[in-house]
Amino acid sequence: MSEAHEHHTNYVKIWAILVALLCVSVIGPMFGIKVVTLLTAFGIAVVKAYMVAKNFMHVNLAPRYVTYLAVTCLVFMLLFFAGSAPDVMKAEGSNWQKPAWLAAKANAAGHGEDVHGH
Amino acid sequence: MSATPIATTRSAAGMPTGRLAVWWVVASEIVIFGGLLGSYIMHRLAHDAWSVQAAHTNTWIGAFNTLVLLTSSLCAVLGHQAAEHGNGAKAARYLLYTALGGLTFLIVKAFEWTHEIHAGFTITSSTFWSFYYTAAGLHALHVLGGVVILLIVAAEARKNVALHRVELIGIYWHFVDIVWIFLFPLLYIAK
Repeated sequence: MSEAHEHHTNYVKIWAILVALLCVSVIGPMFGIKVVTLLTAFGIAVVKAYMVAKNFMHVNLAPRYVTYLAVTCLVFMLLFFAGSAPDVMKAEGSNWQKPAWLAAKANAAGHGEDVHGH
Repeated sequence: MSATPIATTRSAAGMPTGRLAVWWVVASEIVIFGGLLGSYIMHRLAHDAWSVQAAHTNTWIGAFNTLVLLTSSLCAVLGHQAAEHGNGAKAARYLLYTALGGLTFLIVKAFEWTHEIHAGFTITSSTFWSFYYTAAGLHALHVLGGVVILLIVAAEARKNVALHRVELIGIYWHFVDIVWIFLFPLLYIAK
């Protein structure tokens, strides 16, 4: 909290909203609808994280470079994901393939199974 | 000559050095947990059968621990507020409540893991469980470390000493809370 900012956030109210959002994130997936699950579980997680960062950590009162620092780290994580995901999520690429995975996929195709559940 | 190192009082970066240091810690933790969660997500998306393993995690226990951490975060920020008003005793009390929340989280986690290990789900059972124990375990270590620091800062705050540290441990604690906010849907809800 910046010394220059005397603020009067109602922290209990913020906590109550966070708990209400938690309830929604637990109840939402019970409907078994994929879009609802994604929105209630992960969409609400983003909202909750934003509320904690803004109202409890007071990121908005810190110098702007703190936000830039955090966002830069997140961008690096996205780059890591984009660079690594194809190797993990695909069975083959331009100059490579995973023979065991391809064989298992072909084998399981008739059984309707996922081959990498180990 | 002052006994206080210059580094603790200067604020060339627009904030006290201690607070800047905590933000640096948080930034490095974003990379640590971001990498771990990113790896989990890409494997989870690639392997539908992980949902079969994830079905064994207990959503209600995860939700309860989320509630515990959210409440402990509330106590941490109320402690910070008390410290800002110079009330060290009140700040210390809130920090103890926060630490109690952390301990509750760890005890629930211990019971949960004991149950899962007895059911045959160990860190070597499958890749899903490896991720589960690694991610939740790394987070639990952060909770444990946070509890120790909370108790140390609370002991000082009770004597109205170094009240600025109440905010610093609060920033760290809220970040630990945020990490769990993302771990909860990934490990307990996405089934």
